[in-house]
Amino acid sequence: MKKILIITLMVLCAFLLQSSVFSYLEFAGIIPNIMIILTASFGFMRGEKTGLLVGFFCGLLSDIFFGPVIGLYSLIYMYIGFLNGLFSRLFYPHDIKLPLVLISFSDLLYSFTCYFIFFVLRSRFAFEYYFLHIILPELFYTILVTLVLYPVILFINNRLDPKEVKGSDIDFV
Amino acid sequence: MSPVVKRKGEKFTLPSKYLLFILTILCAVMMLLTFNTDFLSGPLNAVSSFLIVPFQNGVSAAGSELTAKAKQLAQVRELLEENARLQEQVDSLTIENTTLQQNRFELNNLRELYALDSQYEDYEKTGARIISKDSGNWFETFVINKGSDDGIQVDMNVMAGSGLVGRITQVGPSWAKVVSIISDESSLSGMVLSTSDNLIVSGDLISYGNGYINFNMLQDDAGAVVVGDKIVTSNISDKYLPGILVGYISSINTDSNNLTKSGTLTPAVDFTHLQEVLVIMTKKQTVSDIY
Repeated sequence: MKKILIITLMVLCAFLLQSSVFSYLEFAGIIPNIMIILTASFGFMRGEKTGLLVGFFCGLLSDIFFGPVIGLYSLIYMYIGFLNGLFSRLFYPHDIKLPLVLISFSDLLYSFTCYFIFFVLRSRFAFEYYFLHIILPELFYTILVTLVLYPVILFINNRLDPKEVKGSDIDFV
Repeated sequence: MSPVVKRKGEKFTLPSKYLLFILTILCAVMMLLTFNTDFLSGPLNAVSSFLIVPFQNGVSAAGSELTAKAKQLAQVRELLEENARLQEQVDSLTIENTTLQQNRFELNNLRELYALDSQYEDYEKTGARIISKDSGNWFETFVINKGSDDGIQVDMNVMAGSGLVGRITQVGPSWAKVVSIISDESSLSGMVLSTSDNLIVSGDLISYGNGYINFNMLQDDAGAVVVGDKIVTSNISDKYLPGILVGYISSINTDSNNLTKSGTLTPAVDFTHLQEVLVIMTKKQTVSDIY
């Protein structure tokens, strides 16, 4: 119960950070995607189920406030959370390489999906422009924020259930 | 073995694949429902405005305070120089002002003669603060801190300064979503002020990166429309009130069909530094209102 409460709180924080705080910290009009960081992290840290649930609710929040229809962003975030969950067996808490790679790929996947759904389907094909001006800057900024935010998420996750982490340590030794 | 595992003394668990499947269907159903009806937005809006909007209000108030403080420190010296310069300007402007006031008196008289009393200065407006921006980087939509409790309704027009910002597309009890005219998905019917030729203004992510938005379908056989002309919302637009300034033409080309023209215009509003907006409380009268 406590876990659910804390994770819910983190989802809310991520949404608020992204929609309110980071609009003051934008570089060249680009904001990082905090909710992808959270969704992907919970995916590979806690497995498919947590990943897809966190993704679903992150997406639902952006749907309610910014989506053209309710359910579209939920679907995208949910699948990203689920896919990251598939990597939870490879996850080792003290290694930051896998999280970075996974979060980067998640953000790319998210951007490409958005580009496809919102732009290609309306026959706006200038892929090069969108890639260089939206997708790539967002990716770099997200990676940068990940470096700061990921240790915090990891710390909170470890505090959620300390026993499990010890167990996984022994598995690797 | 049954996929849903349930043993004695163990909690009921649902494999993640099935949960994914169920939620996917739920999403699809919600998409269909919200695409066609307004059924879900009521309860969801109420919940979110209760949970989220108070925080967004607080965060954005704190954020704008901090940025304002930082700017204040940086700008004190600039302001001193500017002040001296402006003082000179005030003198010259005072003279100009008196002439203009005379002109205005004349204009008011003429307007009364023509009964042009529905200029947009006269619309009832209410100020609102922007509390959050689109969580992605693809569209220019934002949320303001007033909603149906303040009398805001869907399709009301939103302005900032003297120019058009966009229109309300969704309303909650204490918040409303605004889609701006520079957003890639929006377009509106406009009119060149000097010649009354109609055209379509459409937002575009690529051109807005360069500070412009696009227009097309301009029929101007006489070639009277030139760069610098004002574009306002047209009388035939079904969402926007007539005569609101949209922007100024910055380039103009003849289309390959040799009948219509298209080009770019510079919006009258500075969308990058938008903090407060004005919502016009009057809605455009449509055909269905009359019957």
